[in-house]
Amino acid sequence: MRSLAFLLASTLMVSASDIADPDALEHLVLQDCGSCHGLTLKGGLGPDIRPDAISHYDPDTLAIVVLDGIPGTAMPPWRPLISEAEAQWIADYLLTGTQP
Amino acid sequence: MKLLIAGLLASVTLTAAQAGEIVATGDLGLVVERADGALLLVDRSERAAIGRIEGLGDLSHASLVYSPDERFAYVFGRDGGLSKVDIVEQAVVARVLQAGNSIGGAISDDGALVAVSNYDPGGVRIFDADTLDMVADIPTGSKTIGLVDAPGRRFVFTMWDSGETWIADMSGDAPEITKIPDMGANPYDALITSDGRTYITGLFGEDGMTALDLWQVPPEPIRVLPGYGRGSEELPVYKMPHLEGWALAGGEFVLPAVKHHQVLWVDSTTLQETGRTATYGQPVFAMARPDGRHVWVNFAHPRNDTIQVIDTLTKQVVHEFKPGPAVLHMEFSPRGNEVWVSVRDAGKVMIYDTATFEKLGEIDAASPSGIFFTARAHRTGL
Repeated sequence: MRSLAFLLASTLMVSASDIADPDALEHLVLQDCGSCHGLTLKGGLGPDIRPDAISHYDPDTLAIVVLDGIPGTAMPPWRPLISEAEAQWIADYLLTGTQP
Repeated sequence: MKLLIAGLLASVTLTAAQAGEIVATGDLGLVVERADGALLLVDRSERAAIGRIEGLGDLSHASLVYSPDERFAYVFGRDGGLSKVDIVEQAVVARVLQAGNSIGGAISDDGALVAVSNYDPGGVRIFDADTLDMVADIPTGSKTIGLVDAPGRRFVFTMWDSGETWIADMSGDAPEITKIPDMGANPYDALITSDGRTYITGLFGEDGMTALDLWQVPPEPIRVLPGYGRGSEELPVYKMPHLEGWALAGGEFVLPAVKHHQVLWVDSTTLQETGRTATYGQPVFAMARPDGRHVWVNFAHPRNDTIQVIDTLTKQVVHEFKPGPAVLHMEFSPRGNEVWVSVRDAGKVMIYDTATFEKLGEIDAASPSGIFFTARAHRTGL
C-alpha cells in the first residue's frame, strides 16, 4: 500500500477516484481489520464495526481513528500503511457497509 | 487412503463407511476454509485433499479439537457455532449455536466434555461431547480467551477485561471454580505445556507474560519477563499473536513478543529470560518443530508473506522464505518431518520438508487458515 502514499491529500476531502484499487481496500478491511473485528465485522477482540454500531461517528472522525488508532487499546494506527484518502474510503465503507 | 479415493469415485452416493471401507484417520487433518464456512479434509500421506465438509457458518478465527478416537472434530466458529464433524462420513453430525461470538475451545482429557470460550456473552460453556447438550455455563463478565484442557478433567481460561484466570474442575457433579486474580493487563491468549503443568498467558496491556504452575494448590501468578520491551519503541500490532502448545524448544519456551519484532526465549524451569531473536515482523505464531530443534515463525500484516526458521541452539535465523501472500498458520506432522502452511491469499496449503526446506507439494484451498492434524487428539492443550 506504500505505493499509494503519493495520493496523500492535503485535506481529508477526497473523491473515490483517488483510490487505486477499491477491491484491495475491501479485502484489507474484511481480512485484516477482520483479524480483530471478525470477518463479518461483527466484533471479536475488537468491537462490532458494522454500520449500525458505528453510526455515531462522522466519516472524518472515523478516518482519524483508522489512521491514528486509539491509544491505550488494541486499535493500532494504520497511518504507516495507508494514505489519508484510503482511510477516508474505509470510513465511508464501514459507515455504509458498501463500497463508496 | 488410495482405497478410499477409489471407493468414492466408484460410488459417489455411498460414504466410505456405508460402503464398508475402512477409513484410518491417523494421517488425516482438517483445513479451515475461513471465508466459505467449510473444512477441507486432507491426507498427510497422500499430500492431497480427499473431501470437503460444508455448512459450518462463520469460520473466521475458527479452530477445532479432535475426539480421542480421531473420528470426530469439534469446530469452534466465530459466530458461536459449535459443530461436531464426522471425518469418516464427511458430515456435520451435530451443531449448536451456543453464543453470539466465540473464540476457541478445548476437549477434556477423557474426551467427554467440550468447552467453548466466548466473547459474547463473556464466559465458558461446556457441552457433552456425544450430544452437544450443555452441561455447564460459566459466565465470567469478560471476553474470555486462552481456554485449554488440563489433566483431571479441568479447563483453564483467562479474562481479557479483568485479567483473571479461572480453573474449572469438572471431575465432580458440578463445576468447581478456582479464581486466580492479578494475572496482568489484557491477557490476549494462553497456552498449556503438553505435560499439563505450566499455563502461560501473554499480555497485551503490559510488557510481560504470566505463568501458573498448575501443580501448586492454588497456583500463584508468576511474572515472566516483566518489562521486556523497556527502552525500545513500541510498534503497532496489526494482528494479535497466538500462543499454542508448541512453545517448548529444547528446555526453553519460545514466545512471541508483543509490540516488538522479536521472539523471546525463557528457561522452562526457572522462567528466566535466556535470549531474544530479532524477527522480520510482529510474530503471530512461534512454533517449535516437534523435536524442538527449530522454531518456525510467521508474522502479522503487512509482513505476513514471510516465514523465518530459527535454530534453537544458536537462536539465529537459519532460513527465511516467502511462501506467498498472507501466511496464516503452520502445522507440523507429528514427528516434525513436514510442515503444512496455509497461504490465504494464494488459495493454497503448501507443504515443506523441514530439514531441507524444499517444497513437497501444494493443495488448493479457499482462503485457508487453521490446519489441524488428527494427531492433536492425543496432546494436552491442542
